[in-house]
Amino acid sequence: MAEIIKRNKALSVNPLKASQPVGGTLATLGFDRAMPMLHGSQGCTAFAKVFFVRHFREPIPLQTTAMDQSSSVMGADENVIEGIKAIAEKSNPTLIVVLTTGLAETQGADVHRNLKEFREQYPQFDHIAVVMVNTPDFTGCVETGYAATVYEIIKVLVPNASEAGTKPNNRPRQVNVLVSPMLTSGDLEALRDTIEQFNLRPVFVPDISDSLDGSLTEDDFSPVTIGGTPISELKTLGDATATLVIGASLQKAGDLLKEKTGVPTYQFDHLYGLQANDDLILTLANISQQPVPERIERQRSQLQDAMLDTHFMLGQLRVAIAADPDQLNAFSHLLAGMGAEIVAAVTTAHTPVLANMPVKQIKIGDLEDLELLAKEHKAQLLIGNSHAVSSAERLGIPILRAGFPLYDLIGGYQKTWGGYRGSRQALFDLANLAINFAHEEIEVYHSIYSQKFDAAQHDACSPSCH
Amino acid sequence: MKSNKDIAELLDEPACEHNKKEKSGCAKPKPGSTAGGCAFDGAQIALLPIADVAHLVHGSIACAGSSWDNRGTRSSGSQLYQIGMTTDLTEQDVIMGRSEKRLFHSIKQAIDSYNPPAVFVYNTCIPALVGDDINAVCKSASEKWNVPVIPIDCAGFYGTKNLGNRIAGDAMVNHVIGTREPEPQPQHPNYKIHDVNLIGEYNIAGEFWQVLPLLDEMGLRVLCTLSGDARFHEVQTMHRAEVNMMVCSKAMVNVARKLQKEYGTPWFEGSFYGISDTSQALRDFAKSLNDEDLVERTEKIIAREEARIQATLEPWKARLKGKRVLLFTGGVKSWSVISALQDLGMVVVATGTKKSTEEDKARIRELMGNDAMMIEDGSPKALLKCVRDYKVDILIAGGRNMYTALKAKIPFLDINQEREFGYEGYQGMLELVRQLSLTIESPVWEAVRAPAPWKSTSPPPPFEGGRLTREVNHG
Repeated sequence: MAEIIKRNKALSVNPLKASQPVGGTLATLGFDRAMPMLHGSQGCTAFAKVFFVRHFREPIPLQTTAMDQSSSVMGADENVIEGIKAIAEKSNPTLIVVLTTGLAETQGADVHRNLKEFREQYPQFDHIAVVMVNTPDFTGCVETGYAATVYEIIKVLVPNASEAGTKPNNRPRQVNVLVSPMLTSGDLEALRDTIEQFNLRPVFVPDISDSLDGSLTEDDFSPVTIGGTPISELKTLGDATATLVIGASLQKAGDLLKEKTGVPTYQFDHLYGLQANDDLILTLANISQQPVPERIERQRSQLQDAMLDTHFMLGQLRVAIAADPDQLNAFSHLLAGMGAEIVAAVTTAHTPVLANMPVKQIKIGDLEDLELLAKEHKAQLLIGNSHAVSSAERLGIPILRAGFPLYDLIGGYQKTWGGYRGSRQALFDLANLAINFAHEEIEVYHSIYSQKFDAAQHDACSPSCH
Repeated sequence: MKSNKDIAELLDEPACEHNKKEKSGCAKPKPGSTAGGCAFDGAQIALLPIADVAHLVHGSIACAGSSWDNRGTRSSGSQLYQIGMTTDLTEQDVIMGRSEKRLFHSIKQAIDSYNPPAVFVYNTCIPALVGDDINAVCKSASEKWNVPVIPIDCAGFYGTKNLGNRIAGDAMVNHVIGTREPEPQPQHPNYKIHDVNLIGEYNIAGEFWQVLPLLDEMGLRVLCTLSGDARFHEVQTMHRAEVNMMVCSKAMVNVARKLQKEYGTPWFEGSFYGISDTSQALRDFAKSLNDEDLVERTEKIIAREEARIQATLEPWKARLKGKRVLLFTGGVKSWSVISALQDLGMVVVATGTKKSTEEDKARIRELMGNDAMMIEDGSPKALLKCVRDYKVDILIAGGRNMYTALKAKIPFLDINQEREFGYEGYQGMLELVRQLSLTIESPVWEAVRAPAPWKSTSPPPPFEGGRLTREVNHG
């Protein structure tokens, strides 16, 4: 049972947290031909856009309701309606998601009413799905904004079984998979591969492995997302044989989907390490009524072997982690399972998953908190996003980059962390950092009676030109 | 919160040529079809390079959370500007009206933890809307802890990035410049030392350090570069310069104009991009300082540096000669970069003029001839069409357009502030040619443009007994 320590200082220094609208944007980008629009001033959108462009190294579709002085004071209903109309006319999307910001919420915006007004005024756009989500940035983090958006999309776009006539197991090979933002495009590809090996057909909600995986297309340019979960697929979720929910943050969305469709739900908090993946594979074997394929058993034994190889480096290793709750939980379990000690755990929001983490204390805070805790407890290795790199440099310890944003690691956006194979590679990466950088050498001792006389030549072994 | 009148006054900048056209000031953004940053973004970008100041963003997390530590600017000393600070307002702060209190304590925490010479407080949308009096908070914090606390009232909804630049400049003029005298001027046995400022120079990737040695050699003491590699106490002394150079951007033209009005400091506009513009800037310094000896010495420095860099560039020029460029960048940069590219023998077929003034456009015509193609529409679609129509070899634009170009498989060079390479000064040309040829000459273009062999429309080549086929026959 972890003790949770709330924010106890006025100023946040070197923020770890990014905003809820950023999370909502990410969720939206996992749907096909989609366009997120932030309801706020244009800077909200510009910052979120740059955030993702730097992380994914991809063009990012994202619009703004462009609130100015007058609309901020007098009301911005027109901005929302005009904004939806402009996108509908120009970009021919299948989905527009309007995400509120702190500015709009403080002003008292009612975006759900705005949508009704839009539908009344512009019936010609009835074929375009529009979802409104409340994601003020004065509360929550990327993960909660993402979860709220997935929840609203399911609420609005997945029909109730009673109305649509869907029935669980109508499509006996279909498995719905709700995925948290800690899953990278690489994670989704690996998970798809695993599920398909059981002759099941996964439908990811959302699916950034089809829209933000960094691939070239025939088309030069698209104003909306290319790829991602097709909106039409959402109508089929009720016919699936099962729903897998990966990530504790999506539990509420998973419950809603079950309530609407009756499809049985299986909850997994993460897919890091042996235990978590054993649970997944067992579930898939049960759902598919098929034996576990040999290839997967092989991967499992490879992970076990890697655990043996790396426990020397990772056992008792003092680790500091800064991440959104789901990913913090995943890393904590992976490392605790290797005998490492998590001496500093900092996260961005207070969510239920924190209570059961295998650490003593969790701080809701920033990278300054992480740095101070890591220093106090003599951490040997740090896990965090690219912002945490300078913290690691100041602490003089190695860093494993994970989370959002990763702007100084080419290809970081697609690294596979989950599954047997991903976990195995993550252990290797951690062990390599520990063995090469975090290992504490015994200090050289020169005897006062020494007759070696070459102490000064310690570094002089590089070849020289004669 | 600023009143509509305050904002209108900032938008009405007499020294900005946009004023003289039919549209006065900056155009209003349209919901659903707007790109670009807000006033807070602009103010932060303009001042963040002041290295030793605690930059404190008063607002909810979206403002600082996605934008701190996000610039290519370099400091030669203090790194405090890279520490992100924000009040990170919570729902309770907003509902219960506790945000002023949080700001007050935050300022104290910043001073206690980092001991900065000054704190800059950036006001953002939510506190502006709920009516936080940041001027009063800053004033009383300043009095209580005896550290200058400067309010920069730049809520995003006031307007665009450009407006934010001006708000930032205004805050410096109103609260900082003129609050301290510079150290006594050093003496040189052979010539007179002059004090100067550079306004709108951001030291991206440290590029100004390729120019500064030349200014040293000329005997110009730079009191302050607003704001690249600047320190708070340097900004305080800006009123004592003999001349101000507006570097390559109209962004903070209000600072130059107000310094002229209040202290009589003359200013000129110039750029350090390209050989001819760099030389011109050095000449303009010498000329505006009315120092015959300086003019003479400057010409010698120019002659020496031009000869040196031309010799180094020679092999590169042969590789880049005749390559066709589409340049899409805002305002003054459009003409300053054109001359740099023409110095290399490249052909600029078209340039973006979305943010350019009439004066900029006249200069572009001067450089490119009357049939210069000017592009107003900066949408990805329009840019790509232009690339096709004009058989462009490379697109040079801001980072925002990088992935538009790459997805369309077009060579690209980033010219805006987020870049990691410095192109200023004579030496910067060498980096520019290296980066240009690196992408233009890259072997990857052919590889990524070619379809997969099995998707080729032409019939497969006739059988010639390849190894693969033989193996199949024998197998």
